[in-house]
Amino acid sequence: MSTATIKKIKKALTGNEAGAEAMRQIDPDVAAVFPITPQTELMHAFAAFVADGKVGTELVTVESEHSAMSATVGAAAAGARAMTATSANGLALMWEIVNICSAMRLPVVMPVINRAISGPLNIHCDHSDMMGSRDTGWIQIFSENSQEEYDNIIQAVRIAENPNVLLPVMVGSDGFIISHALETVEIYEDAEVKEFVGEYTPDRTLLNTGKPMTYGPLDLQDYYMEHKMAEHNAIHNAGKVILEIGKEFGKKFGTEYGFFDTYKMEDAEYAIICIGSTAGTTRVVVDKMRAEGKKVGLIKIRVFRPFPFKELAEAVKNLKGLAVLDRADTFGGRGGPLYIEMKSALSDVKEKPVTRNFIYGLGGRDINTTDIETIYNQIEETVKTGKGAESFSYFGVRGDV
Amino acid sequence: MAKLKDLAEMPERLSGGHRLCAGCGASIAVRQILRGTQDDVVVGCATGCLEVATTIYPYTAWEVPFIHNAFENSAATVTGAEAAYQALQRKGKIPAGKKIKFVAFGGDGGTYDIGLQSLSGALERGHDFVYVCYDNEAYMNTGIQRSSATPYGASTSTVPAGVCSFGKPQQRKDLAMIAAAHHIPYVAQGTIAHWNDLLMKAEKAFNTPGPAFLLVLAPCPRGWIFPIEKTVEIAKEAVDSCFWPLYEIEHGVFKLNKKVPDAKKVPMVEWLKKQKRFKHLFQEGCEKYLENIQVQVDEEWARYNRMNGEKIF
Repeated sequence: MSTATIKKIKKALTGNEAGAEAMRQIDPDVAAVFPITPQTELMHAFAAFVADGKVGTELVTVESEHSAMSATVGAAAAGARAMTATSANGLALMWEIVNICSAMRLPVVMPVINRAISGPLNIHCDHSDMMGSRDTGWIQIFSENSQEEYDNIIQAVRIAENPNVLLPVMVGSDGFIISHALETVEIYEDAEVKEFVGEYTPDRTLLNTGKPMTYGPLDLQDYYMEHKMAEHNAIHNAGKVILEIGKEFGKKFGTEYGFFDTYKMEDAEYAIICIGSTAGTTRVVVDKMRAEGKKVGLIKIRVFRPFPFKELAEAVKNLKGLAVLDRADTFGGRGGPLYIEMKSALSDVKEKPVTRNFIYGLGGRDINTTDIETIYNQIEETVKTGKGAESFSYFGVRGDV
Repeated sequence: MAKLKDLAEMPERLSGGHRLCAGCGASIAVRQILRGTQDDVVVGCATGCLEVATTIYPYTAWEVPFIHNAFENSAATVTGAEAAYQALQRKGKIPAGKKIKFVAFGGDGGTYDIGLQSLSGALERGHDFVYVCYDNEAYMNTGIQRSSATPYGASTSTVPAGVCSFGKPQQRKDLAMIAAAHHIPYVAQGTIAHWNDLLMKAEKAFNTPGPAFLLVLAPCPRGWIFPIEKTVEIAKEAVDSCFWPLYEIEHGVFKLNKKVPDAKKVPMVEWLKKQKRFKHLFQEGCEKYLENIQVQVDEEWARYNRMNGEKIF
């Protein structure tokens, strides 16, 4: 069906409501719910859909996130389309089972409303939660706004369940900044979304009692590595599927999705690369600085795992300077997690831009257009003077550079 | 209830050839309990002896669908599968008439300790499933460390008997009562030695809608230190000494399944001396610990007798 005939319903929704709307249309068989700020309202909205019979989901009101992921694994192994959602410490508590979920190759979809990991206790946005689980074998997709959160959750189902992938997907959206902000979101018709996600018909399930299977066996020195390699191959091969589904989504609903999004990069000399809602702020600054004659651009990461290192190296290689913005630290590593990946990606190209890493916005610390402009100016200054080249530091803290 | 001969002829759901130790009580518990239903079953299992010894990839001893997730979450995992069954049946994705029973197994470490929260949540939510704790009174898979199921006075790897230690200084937790306090319809305590009693309890557990909890004493020759051929005898004497009363709590009503007249009650020292985990208690100067054990058992036995026939939850 062409995009022209697809009806879109404009609604004023928070990110959490948009996420719940996607879940309502997906109508998962099982959803495990446990409260944690700022994810809570997503599951409130979804629980209301269950209470009103708008979905056929079995809601499992667990006593912890550990059990949320455990029940989700049990449900997915039983052949259900299974979902849960969480934030920060909740993701940390389920971390053990997050790894088991991907190793069992269960296509679970989990919205993660990004929030700072304790401690100290902080309920506001950064990416330390998902970055802390970036090596768990899950596909990781980030959203810039509520529309993307909605679109990404719908696509995540198809990506996860693709027979060549069979991996769980977490869809990140910035806590409060997206989750609690009211925005206009275009919702597609239920039937169209249901047609896009399709029916889930797994080959093997626990409920197929005629063909008993053992899930989660003891896997020792003689086979463990082959299984880990299969997981390794699956997530690297998932990139192709992510792009195919992003294209198909674009054809049907009008917005195509890739690994990352570029803005005014064609002739850019200086660029910022970032994740999440900060991209929206940056786009405004790009427009302002472009009007002033500055050749600046933006790259917004959508897919962090599998990391599109070849494509990103290609996208930034002609820049003079690249500022990498990280909303998480690696504490003892070479800057933030995105910076480490970008440095690694750039090691494959000869001509490369000067880079600099800015760790910003931890625990919800605000970043505004003036800050972004400062960063563009700093990377330009770094290119011209060499001062601060290939360095990493905190931005926007007392006693800052 | 089926006859012994019929039971013997039922297909094995846990096949032979697994790597559990000779004399292990866990596999006896599983084989008896899975005879408690003719319906299809989905089995979940916590990390522990039972899981690691029956599923060494690429082999499996399970003739029924089986899932192991982690140590502390077999209740959450199995109830997730049960939720899937409810949803898929409601949505018509599996035939309406297809009956499947869900059962989770865990050792005492995975149930009394690290898995207690997951179990409590699953019982409180009211899923239709059976949870079976095979209780061998310590973390046997990791090398006989004390758990909250370990009895007073037992020597374990983490609380060994020594010059300043008589073994575990605390009494075991009364887990079946904790389970019953969730107001679930069926809770029972049994042993692998009392097969007819255990089978009756397994049948009730499987046939009761909602959560059911079975606590099964499964002696461990390695951890309790007794000859491998004595497993059943040790379990039997645990009941005859009143250390492990056989009981049920059906819709809150407590029932002692086996009364032991005082004259026939085996003194605790008789049971303890057959297990080398208690051997240090038979040294000179340890008499008081042996006396404490008998007092504890007598008090508990009196408590169970007082509750007999009463609605306690």
